[in-house]
Amino acid sequence: MKIHEYQAKAILAQYGVPVPRGEVARSVEEVEAAAKEIGGTVVVKAQIHAGGRGKGGGVKVAKDTAEAVEIARKMLGMRLVTHQTGPEGRIVQRVLVEQTLPIERELYLGIVLDRALGKPLFMASAFGGMEIEEVAARQPESILKEPIEPGLGLTPFQARKLAYGMGIPTPSVNAAAAAMIALVRAYEAVDASLLEVNPFILTRDAKVYALDAKISLDDNALYRHKNLIELRDLNEEDPLEVEASRFGLNYIKLDGNVGCMVNGAGLAMATMDLIKYSGGSPANFLDVGGGASAEQIRNAFRILVTDRGVRAVLINIFGGILRCDVLATGVVAAAHELKIRVPIVVRMEGTNVELGRKILTDSGLNFTVAEGMKDAAQKVVRLAQ
Amino acid sequence: MSILVDQDTRLLVQGFTGREATFHSQQSIAYGTKVVGGVVPGRGGETHLDLPVFNTCAEAVRSTGANASIVFVPPAFAADAIMEAADAGLPLVVAITEGIPTLDMVKVWRYIEDRHTRLIGPNCPGIISPGKCKAGIMPALIHKEGNVGVVSRSGTLTYEAVDQLTRRGIGQSTCIGIGGDPIIGTTFLDAVRLFNEDPDTAAIVLIGEIGGNAEETAAAYIKEHVRKPVVGFIAGQTAPPGRRMGHAGAIISGGSGKASDKIRALEAAGAIVCASPAEIGEKVQAAL
Repeated sequence: MKIHEYQAKAILAQYGVPVPRGEVARSVEEVEAAAKEIGGTVVVKAQIHAGGRGKGGGVKVAKDTAEAVEIARKMLGMRLVTHQTGPEGRIVQRVLVEQTLPIERELYLGIVLDRALGKPLFMASAFGGMEIEEVAARQPESILKEPIEPGLGLTPFQARKLAYGMGIPTPSVNAAAAAMIALVRAYEAVDASLLEVNPFILTRDAKVYALDAKISLDDNALYRHKNLIELRDLNEEDPLEVEASRFGLNYIKLDGNVGCMVNGAGLAMATMDLIKYSGGSPANFLDVGGGASAEQIRNAFRILVTDRGVRAVLINIFGGILRCDVLATGVVAAAHELKIRVPIVVRMEGTNVELGRKILTDSGLNFTVAEGMKDAAQKVVRLAQ
Repeated sequence: MSILVDQDTRLLVQGFTGREATFHSQQSIAYGTKVVGGVVPGRGGETHLDLPVFNTCAEAVRSTGANASIVFVPPAFAADAIMEAADAGLPLVVAITEGIPTLDMVKVWRYIEDRHTRLIGPNCPGIISPGKCKAGIMPALIHKEGNVGVVSRSGTLTYEAVDQLTRRGIGQSTCIGIGGDPIIGTTFLDAVRLFNEDPDTAAIVLIGEIGGNAEETAAAYIKEHVRKPVVGFIAGQTAPPGRRMGHAGAIISGGSGKASDKIRALEAAGAIVCASPAEIGEKVQAAL
């Protein structure tokens, strides 16, 4: 789960990472109050779940409250397009109003999971302010790495190693090391899957701050963080994806015209690939789960056909233990109930597959029964044209 | 022959009395797997499916001589269950559970690192050596005894591949689902190495997907050491970057984990990579 910058900073502050003084605002009035409270020059930052906000006009400096209000008028409600939002962009509904700081240097700090090591990895680079992928491509040797041992966190010596390694001057080393150790504490405490501070800054008065912050949370661990679940911002998500998640369905909207309903994530991805390979374009990723109950099928169907781009639907279920007659009955009932008009291609395998196929063909509905994945993909692509 | 599980496997079921565990234990027993009992804290002394239930793994191992366990424990308690199995000295633990927090798995990884336990999973369908032992949730019917080793991060996609093989009369030595999570016990590299060393495995099927670089690591080993034919498929060629595709580990992030890189690495290692999942069966047949 992604959260906003202001929410991430609140978490960091709670664990002792210095962050600029700031306040989130949802209206021009709130911006005015926040700017007045902070005083002097402030920065107004659009809060959306995507990077590249500065280039898209989502980060602006105001020399006083009047200018902050001016900026807020334009920024709140604007459609912010960045390289991460896609062409449709995101509507800005909240902004963060923050004090400005005398920046001396910009650094990069990040914590990611290293799958090969089986533990989180702390990454630090003297090149802050640009994307870490860019740094990794241009100067990979400039990225310093320290593995985080479970139970130990980032040790003080590791933090000093990173601080000196980035060339942080001695008067700021202790503060930087403390901030890094605190970052790891925060990462572990909230079960983050990713934490980035870019830039992490040194100020002219030798202080350190997390000037930006990005945290993604491990969805599997949310059950033990009831307070963090509230940070979810549904405005940042596709409405169909939100709806699907309510029913425990893994759905991701894409821009093709072949709707897919598959059981299992790997098979769902492979089905999308096969549609593309057959000359079509998938409208979505949808995993109804390894078991695929009649109820799941019904909900999945409803969500699929809500997408107006869908011209045909491919149901690919490898049941194995699941009985195909049960599955077919569920599909027919759902198609009837939802008055589905688009052509549906069904490919299924499992116990009682012959009986299942008969139920589909006898239903009087617009079903095409396919033999094998390849046949299914070719048929559905043809029907979608 | 087969790897990791066979007719001598004595399987313990952790979380034995749960609905899923009960159903799949029945299926495993019906397949001929030697299920020797289960562990459910607080239910020790009871009998379930005519088998003994124990409070702790240590006690269960002592009483039954179990040499493997399968974990169906809910996600919040699964990491602890895996560590308990390792502590009891079980050489093989198969974790079916989906949804274990990643940082719990980080601890498990560290815990089993210096113990003699191989973990398969979590978030996986398990492992089957056809005709001998089924420690997993895969449908038994589609499998056939034979000489192709199958390793995959996915569940149903593996069934798809196995089904294609069996329909062509090609049997499997062992099929391992290594799981869709970012942190897993047995990797592609481990499985490929075991298949390579198994004299009765003649060819290897490797089914990968986007996310991480475990496929690339295995490819480097294949290039260096494997002379048996390897047939690969990588799911997620059309997956958008930055989105988690169902599996917790299936995500292209920061430009890494792309299907195209994995395909290139496997091809460079001499593997036959299928452009479509529907080709897996025929490519294996041609390679044998």
